[in-house]
Amino acid sequence: MATGRIEIDFERCKACELCVPVCPRKCMEMGKTINRQGYMAAVFARPEDCVGCAICAETCPDACIRVWR
Amino acid sequence: MKNAAGKDMFSKLVYERPKTLLDRRLHYCPGCHHGTIHKIIAETIDELGQRENTVGIAPVGCAVLLYDYMDLDILEAPHGRAPALATGIRRALPDRVVFTYQGDGDLASIGMSEIIHAANRGENITVVFVNNTTYGMTGGQMAPTTMLGQKTTTSPYGRDFRTEGYPIRMAELLAGLEGVAYSARVTVSSPAHIRKAKEAVRKGFEMQLKGMRMGLSIIEILSTCPTNWGMKPLDAQKRVLGEMADYFPLGVFKEKKQADFE
Repeated sequence: MATGRIEIDFERCKACELCVPVCPRKCMEMGKTINRQGYMAAVFARPEDCVGCAICAETCPDACIRVWR
Repeated sequence: MKNAAGKDMFSKLVYERPKTLLDRRLHYCPGCHHGTIHKIIAETIDELGQRENTVGIAPVGCAVLLYDYMDLDILEAPHGRAPALATGIRRALPDRVVFTYQGDGDLASIGMSEIIHAANRGENITVVFVNNTTYGMTGGQMAPTTMLGQKTTTSPYGRDFRTEGYPIRMAELLAGLEGVAYSARVTVSSPAHIRKAKEAVRKGFEMQLKGMRMGLSIIEILSTCPTNWGMKPLDAQKRVLGEMADYFPLGVFKEKKQADFE
């Protein structure tokens, strides 16, 4: 049961993949669609597991993740 | 949507871009730690409530466009001269919080005499020193902090101590000077390290807020340069925590206490 929710700014993501291994619930994945910058942006693949810990948002160098709890 | 306790779900915004960091796309390469370091500085300034009172000095290097990203008064210094500029601003406007943001080519090479003398004079400024062991903006040339054996465009066979010397440990070097109030080395290569780095940056800024001349504070942040190292961002982070952290030990090397001045 999800207790948190995140929103990724699709156009700002540069697909550095730093947010993928840091998520303790493995909610993040690299996406398959290319954004306007030319990167395959990360996606919030498993929203049902998210606890809103905000570790992904703290890690993101481009500050493109917002977290709600 | 309500949860089991009857409260509205997902109504509390827990994390967003700090207010001091403007809503613009950063020009840094994917996985570059400059963005993370900008974020922790912006968060610290927000938390201390000093946004209207802070003057930043941008370096020459990848972070040269710092004034585009932060909602602060930011001046651009000639290569390596950020501590000299910060000294002037701090002395002319003693109530401001002044910080410089410098890379290793900027601070440890061309700006070596400026930082050493600013530290020796005990200027009340905060220096954020981003060490990624290479000149990032100009195409990955060898810097004074380049690791032994590291291949760069100007050391294609790897850095050799017989001709190029050894990497400089700036945090320890400056901690040996009497005018330095706080000297620490941190990294932002994992969530736990990001929190420690934020704590160190906060301490560095607090040294200026205490209303006493505590001296210069330097926070060296080990950072990645995935493009010039020729690595994926995740591998570059592993290099920082492995090879680099072995040579550049993390920790606090000096911390003056208020009582030292009484």
